[in-house]
Amino acid sequence: MHPALSVILFTVASGIGYGMLMLLAVLLPAGLVPGDRLFGAVALGLALAGIGGGLLASTAHLGRPERAWRAFSQWRSSWLSREGILAVLSLLAIATLVLVWPILAAPRGCIDATAIVAGLLSAATVGATAMIYRSLKPVARWHNGWTVPCYLTIALASGGLWLDWAGAATGAIDPVPRGVVPMLVLLAALVKTLYWRHTDRAPATTTIGTATGLGALGQVRPLDPPHTAENYVMKEMGFRIARKHAAKLRRIAGVLGVAVPLVLMVLGWLLPGLGLATALLAAPIATIGALVERWLFFAEAKHLAMLYYRADAA
Amino acid sequence: MTTLPIPGAVRLGLVIDLDICVGCHACAVNCKEWNTGGIAGPLTDFDPYGAKPDGVWFNRIHSYEVGDGPAGQTVHFPRSCLHCENAECVTVCPTGASLKRVEDGIVLIDEDKCIGCKLCSWACPYGAREFDEDVGVMRKCTLCVDRIYDEARPEAERVPACVSTCPASARHFGDLGDPASAVSQMVADRAGMALMPELGYRPTNRYLPPRAKGGGCSSHGNAPALEPAVPEGTGFLGWLDRLLSH
Repeated sequence: MHPALSVILFTVASGIGYGMLMLLAVLLPAGLVPGDRLFGAVALGLALAGIGGGLLASTAHLGRPERAWRAFSQWRSSWLSREGILAVLSLLAIATLVLVWPILAAPRGCIDATAIVAGLLSAATVGATAMIYRSLKPVARWHNGWTVPCYLTIALASGGLWLDWAGAATGAIDPVPRGVVPMLVLLAALVKTLYWRHTDRAPATTTIGTATGLGALGQVRPLDPPHTAENYVMKEMGFRIARKHAAKLRRIAGVLGVAVPLVLMVLGWLLPGLGLATALLAAPIATIGALVERWLFFAEAKHLAMLYYRADAA
Repeated sequence: MTTLPIPGAVRLGLVIDLDICVGCHACAVNCKEWNTGGIAGPLTDFDPYGAKPDGVWFNRIHSYEVGDGPAGQTVHFPRSCLHCENAECVTVCPTGASLKRVEDGIVLIDEDKCIGCKLCSWACPYGAREFDEDVGVMRKCTLCVDRIYDEARPEAERVPACVSTCPASARHFGDLGDPASAVSQMVADRAGMALMPELGYRPTNRYLPPRAKGGGCSSHGNAPALEPAVPEGTGFLGWLDRLLSH
């Protein structure tokens, strides 16, 4: 599938923001993150920037963005519609949290309750985003049980790293209890590794033989294409990436998204003098890794419609 | 509403005979011609006379080689919307622009509601939907809904443009929900195929497979060699042949 920049930016940036809220919903009521207004302002400001920027980027993927409001109508059947509604609801909840926490410094119970609501809606939004892909039968790399866990764990891991960043920026090194963020990063790495293991080995049940119905007559080979230049279907669904390049990019995503942040976090514990620098570096570097991972999520995905053009496609 | 309707009794669709199709692309050309001026038009063309023409077509004609050796054959394969009963291009649509009609099963796009998110094209395994970059909306085969119900036309012409134009009569239009219809009979007689049945989209359109090529053709059998047109060495032509052979 064509890796559209707008959708890659949207899923990664909104994943960071929603991941931060998912963690705050647990850590804030438990008293495990700073409850001060400065930390709240920076953390929620970052989350809102990620979510808002992501949503704006996603409208660049639309042919008629001025009609985007219509997408709130078909929640009965469409995961994209559900995602749109949940995104707006969670934005409202986060805006309320901004009001009661950094702006009004309302009583603790009020902040905690709002954080829990915002976190639950954020988790539902990330889940709905992932379900858009998971529900598409023509794309085997998406239509499997690992897609939703990947989106959720990567959102949690990158959200944790950016909470650490918000802490460092406001003078609170390690705002999240030590060890939580590295565990989240390792969990995301494990789930993504299992995703790749599963999708690399999944057998292709649909072939050019069943796509044309001609398989019973023998091997089917494309002879003449229907058109001389690429059409929309080939440009949108026909993106191909060489296996060796994909392997290299997976390693790059692993180094930037997992290894470097883990090393930086450990370095920060061992050498407290470096704590500020490592915390400020880890999140941006991991985000570059997440962008590479998300680019691969699209680039490696093959669409069944390409079977009509290339016998080897699915 | 993009939730699918309970399937109605009438299921209009196409039956395409792969044994007869000669791959002339006339159906695709007439489809483009009709629909660029019809309710779903215009069908944008970019660089139409250049090196890389790129535009919206509802119908694409592939050609395949099938089988090997004497059993090998060329099969021409028109590909368009199959108007699925379980049309996931409809259910994924967030705006209600993508719809399946209860009265005849035709899958259509209300282009005034389409936001151009392209998700319906991702949900279609048949590659039947094409995005119009110029207008910013998705396009697809309408089964010529603006022709087949046009009472100003003689009844025989109330068929999709692709069917009306096929010079080999490889394309047939009718109600596949009615077991007694001509198209349903064809499907029953010739074991008409649904494409990618394993995905569960339940397409309405059917393809009739190429007939078994029996009896052996002369290039593989033992047909007698033809007699020479002019027996050697006789008459004026024989004399001319000997003269020119020197």
